[in-house]
Amino acid sequence: MTDIPLAPERSKNFWTAKETVKSWFLTTDHKRIAILYAATLFVFFFIGSAGAAVIRLEMITPGADVVSAEGYNRAFTLHGIIMVWFFLVPLIPTTFGNFLLPLMLGAKDLAFPRMNMASWYIFIFSGLLALTAIWLGGLETGWTFYTPFSAVYADGWVTLSIFAVFVSGFSSILSGINFIVTTHTLRAPGMTWFRMPLFVWSLYATSLVMILATPVLAITLLLIIAERAFGIGVFDPSIGGDPLLFQHLFWFYSHPAVYIMILPAFGVISELVTAGARNRIFGYKFIAFSSLAIAVLGFLVWGHHMFTSGQSMYAGIVFSFLSFLVAVPSAVKAYNWAATLYKGRITLNTPFLYAVGFVGLFVFGGLTGVILAALAVDVHVHDTYFVTAHFHYIMVGAAVTAFLGAVHFWWPKITGKLFNETLGRAAAVLLWIGFNLTFFPQFILGYLGMPRRYNAYDPEFQIWHVLSSAGTPILALGYLLPVFYLGWSWFKGRDAGPNPWRAQGLEWTTSSPPPKHNFLGPVKVTREAYDYPKQDPYKGPLPRTAAQEAEDDRREGKSAEDRR
Amino acid sequence: MIHVLSAAGGGVAFWPEAISQHAEAIDALAISFFALVMALAAPIGFALIWFAWRYRRFSEADRDQPHHGSSWMEWGWMIVPFLLTLVFFVWSGVLYRDLHRPPADAREVYGVGLQWMWKFEHPGGQREINTLTVPVGEPVRVILTSQDVIHSLYLPQLRIKQDVLPGQTTSLWFEADTPGIYDLWCAEFCGVSHSRMKGELVVLSEADYEAWLDKFDEGPALAETGARLYRDLGCSGCHGVEAAVRAPDLAQLYRRPVPLKSGETVIADERYLTDSILMPQSQIVAGYEPVMPSFEGVVDESELVALVAFIKSMASLEDMRTQEPAVDGLLDAGPPEREDDQ
Amino acid sequence: MKEAADPSGLDPYEDGETRLKAQRMGMWLFLATEAMIFAGLFLSLFVIRTLHPEGAAEASSHLKPMVGAGNTAILIIASTLVALSSVAAKDGDERRFITWAGFAGAALLGALFLAIKIGVEYRAEFHEGFIPGAGPAFPIQADGAQLFFNLYFAATALHAVHVLIGVLVLAGAALGVWRRWLKLPDNAPEIEFCGLYWHLVDIIWIFLFPVLYLVG
Repeated sequence: MTDIPLAPERSKNFWTAKETVKSWFLTTDHKRIAILYAATLFVFFFIGSAGAAVIRLEMITPGADVVSAEGYNRAFTLHGIIMVWFFLVPLIPTTFGNFLLPLMLGAKDLAFPRMNMASWYIFIFSGLLALTAIWLGGLETGWTFYTPFSAVYADGWVTLSIFAVFVSGFSSILSGINFIVTTHTLRAPGMTWFRMPLFVWSLYATSLVMILATPVLAITLLLIIAERAFGIGVFDPSIGGDPLLFQHLFWFYSHPAVYIMILPAFGVISELVTAGARNRIFGYKFIAFSSLAIAVLGFLVWGHHMFTSGQSMYAGIVFSFLSFLVAVPSAVKAYNWAATLYKGRITLNTPFLYAVGFVGLFVFGGLTGVILAALAVDVHVHDTYFVTAHFHYIMVGAAVTAFLGAVHFWWPKITGKLFNETLGRAAAVLLWIGFNLTFFPQFILGYLGMPRRYNAYDPEFQIWHVLSSAGTPILALGYLLPVFYLGWSWFKGRDAGPNPWRAQGLEWTTSSPPPKHNFLGPVKVTREAYDYPKQDPYKGPLPRTAAQEAEDDRREGKSAEDRR
Repeated sequence: MIHVLSAAGGGVAFWPEAISQHAEAIDALAISFFALVMALAAPIGFALIWFAWRYRRFSEADRDQPHHGSSWMEWGWMIVPFLLTLVFFVWSGVLYRDLHRPPADAREVYGVGLQWMWKFEHPGGQREINTLTVPVGEPVRVILTSQDVIHSLYLPQLRIKQDVLPGQTTSLWFEADTPGIYDLWCAEFCGVSHSRMKGELVVLSEADYEAWLDKFDEGPALAETGARLYRDLGCSGCHGVEAAVRAPDLAQLYRRPVPLKSGETVIADERYLTDSILMPQSQIVAGYEPVMPSFEGVVDESELVALVAFIKSMASLEDMRTQEPAVDGLLDAGPPEREDDQ
Repeated sequence: MKEAADPSGLDPYEDGETRLKAQRMGMWLFLATEAMIFAGLFLSLFVIRTLHPEGAAEASSHLKPMVGAGNTAILIIASTLVALSSVAAKDGDERRFITWAGFAGAALLGALFLAIKIGVEYRAEFHEGFIPGAGPAFPIQADGAQLFFNLYFAATALHAVHVLIGVLVLAGAALGVWRRWLKLPDNAPEIEFCGLYWHLVDIIWIFLFPVLYLVG
């Protein structure tokens, strides 16, 4: 590691540029905002997990013995609301999206740095509202807020919780606008659309969903609030309203919301697979456009949540067909990732293990999704643990695994430190085993007919519930282990240097951690994405960093203008 | 195969019992579809493992002429799996359509879901709570509505469920082929005691069923209750033949097409009849004045069920048979207004 | 949003043209999200009208289309003023008066719209007993009539909130130009964005008016 250029002095990286508390709370630096988001989401993850722990404890026995029925309903509602809106939806976009987008495009910051800061404050405000509602006693509507139950019958802090979700939407919208405008206007010279890393493409598709779907959720939630406050009745059948209209509006957002969670995860995996295989991505354009195709088709499949709701049979058939169709661009990605390994030079490092684990979980979750899209099968397994297992495979198994893969891959970039590779691989494997042990039995439970949201169940289901609950400690260990060795590396880890993975991509050409304005010199892109050299990376010369090139230019007397 | 699976488990439930042809068809569909998707996923798994080994960092494998894309491969793995899965789209679509086309001679039971119990009422006036008793080998149609929030009637051994909506009528039908006692659950979260909103589906042999029906002969038949309500509520004052106010004739109405003022035509199914009692202004019959008051809050769900049963009883069975085409389009077309919010 | 020299050092742009392009794009995306919010309301209105055509027509006949039409005219005139001001702002300091006077006029018209909406329409409707969530006391018994009225209140109230924000934005911009806190033509884009927001508020009303007032 001798030829790695020295990092700029400590005072120049974004952590140390200014170290006052105030400088953090008033920061407009996209990297610091990403860190603020990450810290916030970390807290929400633990709160949401507490809900999950109550659920899995209660499910060990058929009776209702850990908490009351009411307590159980509150626990799964807390788990759903916190995990969906305050963890999974913002998870990758607000952390890695914020951190990486300007670095990957060769920009100084996002298009609207102050708006970025505002989005975090809105998120914090909405999160505090949600926590207040929980602190005061919570609610028991489930995260889906189905009417007329939520609007007329449910007790608890429904209005406050719904208002919290409503507010959090604006944080999402602001991030989405910021990402789209940044991608359009802040690409470095030479960074054409088809040279952009696939993470950027996926983030772009995600942002489209964020800005077009979130407002519909906003108005839907407002109508429920108005219903609870004034009895406005749009969804209340007792004055002629239509409860199915609520489901249509709700899923018009909440199905695309799944793509807000999984699309950026796809982008992360494209980065991890190419870096692990040291190979150009197979079918760049197909992967890029499949993200957009998923975003667009994702708006047209919401009705597959309503096959048993009483919507017309023909609507069901159309939504089923469109749902089969949306599987195509998702499958394209998986096939292309596998093909990318062909003739690569593969190291089974931690991020790559996470990526492979992701592909397994995502493919299984996606394929059970296609089975759910088959109308008559869905009539049987709808609202059972089969659905629960399916969406946990996608939203947790896939999305959170991708997030952890990203954490490991970009950890040296973010902190400038190397973590313990052995522990990293162990955590990746533990997570995979723990996850499958927890959620695979739920597919069997679901096909057996175990309905969702039951706090007590028939004894014949018990064996599968026990297995599922037994997986959770392993899963928890898979989540917690990185906290320790990554935390340790932060203080005691070896310096990573700018590019410990020998990866391609602009973010690896600046120092680790990056300086406040990302790149010390001007940035110019001359090569395609993922243009990995064929030789063994640890033998050949490293890609030159922007800092090095700027230094050379200075020596040769060239100005920044010449380089453009 | 199914029985083998559960037997091998030795008490552990691996697979739910299937007590209808439909349930067996769903199992066959699910298993073969699962096999197909696993076959489609297998190449990804094999490629990951094989390439990860073959092209590991220190291997001397040939790395010349790498591929970075191939249109025919891309289109191939888009189109071929899609076409294969389409087989299952069609198969499951056909089964789904069958679920929406109850046979015309199906025995009818009325069900009401409420927090937190199921009430069922048979045409002969037999009432049950949290138990649904049906004969074996005969199609049974359950017509459902809710008194409060959304529930969902789930019969896992029949592999069917149907959401139960307040203010609207939905239905499901089945033909159980094995006598026994099976599960009946609520599948849509409906409040504190959601998990206790369950009951039994009792499938009786023909003889047992007849005997069971006879046990109830004290109570008046559902249609008789309806006829009494029809008089007491003053319906006959307008809908009767010699009535002073002109209102549509209700005899022979059930399952007939009704021309509406708006120019549309609807089939007078249970949903239409319920809607017309609760929200008479929403679908005005062509040529009549919108003068009928709403009976929302005047009749409760079980009275509503009785009224609908009475109106249906005025259409004779012979007539229903001659109305086959209309029956076919009965539920899948639905009243037109339901289509518009899609 | 834009300082010529960007003394704060926050701005990631190096040339003004790209910065302006970014700001304009951000503004349009924001307007798209606003449009989607109202799209959900329009869909709900559409569903209620198809479910209960008679009730909706009956309820709508109790609204005051002439007052609504007058309010529509007020918003259109305000929009015209805003458009003129935005053009004038680009011409620079010599047309400063037109710029701020136009915005101030539009803001006053917006306030007039709110006064009519609340002081005349809502007041009359409340007197007649059309109160959101009135329940059984609601004066019209036709199915869906109450629902239509409730949605009318929801849609117009949400729109009124947008008008109020628009009035504040226009008034702020007018004040800024008048007191020279905003420089012309340097700040013309900001003026233009304020105007765009107002046009959106106007366009939403132009759709709301026929959907609510002219049923049947």
